[in-house]
Amino acid sequence: MINKVVTGADEAIRDIKDGSTLMLGGFGLCGIPENCITALVKKGVKRLTCISNNAGVDDFGIGLMLQQRQVKKMISSYVGENAEFERQLLSGELEVELIPQGTLATRCMAAGYGMPAIFTPAGVGTEVAEGKEIRNFNGKDYLMEYAFDADFALVKAWKGDTTGNLIFRSTSRNFNPVMAMAGKITIAEVEELVEPGTLDPDHIHTPGVYVHRIFQGANYEKRIEQRTVRPRN
Amino acid sequence: MLDKNGIAKRIAKEIKDGYYVNLGIGIPTLVANFIPDGINVVLQSENGLLGMGPFPFEGEEDADLINAGKQTITTLPGSSIFDSAMSFGMIRSQKIDLTILGAMEVSENGDIANWKIPGKMVKGMGGAMDLVASAKNIIVAMQHVNKAGESKLLPKCSLPLTGVNCIRKVVTELAVLDILPEGGFKLIERAPGVSVDYIKQVTAGKLFADDGAPEMILD
Repeated sequence: MINKVVTGADEAIRDIKDGSTLMLGGFGLCGIPENCITALVKKGVKRLTCISNNAGVDDFGIGLMLQQRQVKKMISSYVGENAEFERQLLSGELEVELIPQGTLATRCMAAGYGMPAIFTPAGVGTEVAEGKEIRNFNGKDYLMEYAFDADFALVKAWKGDTTGNLIFRSTSRNFNPVMAMAGKITIAEVEELVEPGTLDPDHIHTPGVYVHRIFQGANYEKRIEQRTVRPRN
Repeated sequence: MLDKNGIAKRIAKEIKDGYYVNLGIGIPTLVANFIPDGINVVLQSENGLLGMGPFPFEGEEDADLINAGKQTITTLPGSSIFDSAMSFGMIRSQKIDLTILGAMEVSENGDIANWKIPGKMVKGMGGAMDLVASAKNIIVAMQHVNKAGESKLLPKCSLPLTGVNCIRKVVTELAVLDILPEGGFKLIERAPGVSVDYIKQVTAGKLFADDGAPEMILD
């Protein structure tokens, strides 16, 4: 039986080095690879290019890596409220490429499906289209967008087995499955690591073939960014 | 003149039974509060959920269950969860019947600007460019004039564009307007107590209003 298990985040990220390109799953702070981020902060690797829908908040998620000046470039769709991010951007320390959210997801998907590029209408006629090839299909213009090329994908799943099969929970799925498919090396951290045969094959979201290393994470904070509730009656 | 809830209430009347709807942040989110009884709609949240329910009761928040505004929410019977690529796949392939979003500016040929103000910190376009480029039916909820009293319904947008030639209907605090295929805003309804002359005065883009327009009925 193939076994992808590593001891923890430190071993999983051992060969991430200065200048690596990383994908990080999650939407806002939901479904982010918390343990891998902590390990990257500890390791102190620098000049990283991070492909992630968002950039965390000041003191959590990718924000922790920004505080340590580990990120050279962010490729995101929305960078939201993050004072340190804003400071580094305005001072020129940090490079940011903003791309439409669907384009971001689909460029991951293309990489995982072995397709070099996709055509999307998102951004046609806007500054996003500058310098990009445009093709007309059935009377409508589309931009050609390339598949991402990432050294590592860091994803967070709910359950996984030792062969790398993954199941995600609720909307913490978001970018995780498409990024898992797209990394040259994909590292999955899971809340619960189980033996093969425990997970129903029909319920697997990401087949283990896409996952190179897996470990059971610890101490998940799962911080809520916008706590919204309704009164009982 | 309508307040934000009034705009949301008027837009809710455009929703038909069986629609799949994507609501943007701000006034569009309020539309969910005014969907008429007997109209069944499924709300899409582009982070990967169809069938968005109300906010959870206190103590029942689930960090794994949020909407695109990062707010804690709930699911409903019939909800489904999917990844971000599929989420935008259903947007691009026009499975979503109606998209409602906010705007900073809209032009008379249906261009929209809602993501970037030069000189200010740019947060990003999120899913807005994907939505406006693909949706077949987009309603913009916006204020007719900015804080300086200048029209936001323009001959041409001055801000960086989110999408071109894609908006067909605008609902403001003053009026409901269609954007004609050949260009220009056509006044369809006036908000209670607002005159055609006033709407003409605060619409910088080409306005077709000579036939007048009825006052909108909200209830």
